[in-house]
Amino acid sequence: MRVRVLKAMLFAALASMLVVPNAQAQDAETEKAIERYRQMLKEDPWSNPGLLDSDRGEALWKTPRGPKNVSLEQCDLGKGPGKVEGAFAELPRYFKDADRVMDAETRILWCMEQLQGFNAADLVKRPHPGGGQPVKELGAIATYVANQSSGQKFAAKLDLPQEREVVALGEALFNRRSGPMDFSCSTCHAAEGSRIRLQGLPHLSEPKEARKVVGEWPAYRVSSTHVMTMQHRLYDCYWQMRLPQLQLGSDVSVALSAYLAKKAEGGEISAPALKR
Amino acid sequence: MKKIPFVLAAAVLASSAVFAQQASVPAEKVDAAIKAAFPGAPEQFIPRLTQDETMKQCSASNNNPSAAVAAEIQKREKASIEYPADGKFIGDWKKGEALAQSGYGLRFSDYPATRANGGNCYACHQISKKEVSFGTLGPSLQQYGKLRNYAEADVKATYEKIYNSHAAFPCSNMPRFGANKVLTIEQIKDAVALLMSPDSPVNKD
Repeated sequence: MRVRVLKAMLFAALASMLVVPNAQAQDAETEKAIERYRQMLKEDPWSNPGLLDSDRGEALWKTPRGPKNVSLEQCDLGKGPGKVEGAFAELPRYFKDADRVMDAETRILWCMEQLQGFNAADLVKRPHPGGGQPVKELGAIATYVANQSSGQKFAAKLDLPQEREVVALGEALFNRRSGPMDFSCSTCHAAEGSRIRLQGLPHLSEPKEARKVVGEWPAYRVSSTHVMTMQHRLYDCYWQMRLPQLQLGSDVSVALSAYLAKKAEGGEISAPALKR
Repeated sequence: MKKIPFVLAAAVLASSAVFAQQASVPAEKVDAAIKAAFPGAPEQFIPRLTQDETMKQCSASNNNPSAAVAAEIQKREKASIEYPADGKFIGDWKKGEALAQSGYGLRFSDYPATRANGGNCYACHQISKKEVSFGTLGPSLQQYGKLRNYAEADVKATYEKIYNSHAAFPCSNMPRFGANKVLTIEQIKDAVALLMSPDSPVNKD
C-alpha cells in the first residue's frame, strides 16, 4: 500500500513537470523528484517496490521447486552451501565445480539446473521481463541475493588466473566496437558528465564513478516499473548497440559484469536501488 | 581532431597499465566469446558480430590510433564515400530535422522495419535551438552553417562527415551513417540541409 502511495506521488511529481517548457529545468526537476523519492525510500526502506521482488526471490530460494523438488538452500554462491549473506559482494568469482567464473545470475542459473533439475536452455530463452512486467523468477532470486549484501562493499578478489583472464576479456569487450553504428560500451561510458539527450551517462571505466552506480543493480526502474538485473541491463546495452540478444550467462555477459565489479571495488552495494 | 596533451596521455596509459596487469586478451578469443554470446541470432545480424578493419584498429587503440594508422583509416574510409548522382548536397532541412529526432532503426526490435531509419542526431548533439533535449557526447552544431558562411566546400565536407565520420576524424565516436547504410544518400542530404541551409532553424534562430 505504502509503495503504491509513494509511486503515485512520484508519478504526480513527474507528470506535473511535463508542462515545464524548458527541458533542462525539467531534467533538474525530474532529478530532484527522484532524489526526494530516494530520500523517502531511505527513511522507510520497506517502501522500495524492488523489495517486493527481493521477498519473492527469498521465497523462491527457500521453496522446494523444479523436477527434483528441492530448494536452493544447498546452492553455493561462493561462501559455502546456503550462505547468502555477503555472497553477492564477492561475486563474480571462479567456481571449481563449474570450472567457470560466474556472476550472481549465472551462478543461480547453474544451481537451478544442477540442484533443482530445471532446463537452463528454457530459462535463458526469454529471461527478461517486458516493460510493466515483473522481473522473472531468476531475476527475483538475484535481487534477493544482491539485497543480502546491501550495505556491504564490493570485495570480489578476482585475482585467480581464471578471474583475471575474465576481467581482461571484459575490458576488451568494453572497448570493442561493432555493429552498424560502430558502438562499444566506451562510446557512451568513457567520459565524465556526458549525456544521451538528457540522460546522464556514468563513466564506467573510471572507478570513482563505477563505485557510485554498479552496486545499484539489480535496480527498480521507475520508467519500466520493474526490477532490472545486471544481465538485463547489459542485454539492453547490446540492443541499443544494434547487436542481437545477449545470452544470459554467456561469457560476454559474465566478463562485462566482472570488469564492472572490478572497477567498482570498494563501492557500496545498495541493491535494489531506484533508477529513472 | 583533438590532440590529447602528451602528459595526459601518459597518465592515462600509466593508470590503465596498473589495472591491466593481466596479459591482454588475444583478439581471436574476444571474437570467439562474441560469436558464442548471441545464439539463435537472426541471419542478417550475424555479420554485425564481426569487426571490419577500422573497428579493429579503433578498438585496439582505444580510439587513439597512431598517426600512421589514422592516415590508413582516413584513406580507406574516404574511399567509401558515395556522392549524390545529381551533385547536389543540400536536401530538405525539415526532413533533416525529423531524422535528427528519430532514433528508430536496426535494433532487433525494429524488424520488420515500419519506417525509415533515423539518425538520432539529438542523442549526442545540440542542433536546433528550440530542441532543448539534446545530448553532449558530440559538439554543439548550433549556427553550424552560419559559422562557416555557408561555404560550398563546407557543404561538401558536411556531407562527407555524415556519410563517413572517420574520413575526417579517424576513430570518431560518430556512426558512419552512409558507409554503414544507416541513412540513405537522400537522408544525408536532408541532414546537410538542416546544418547548412540559411533558412534552417539551426542557423536562423
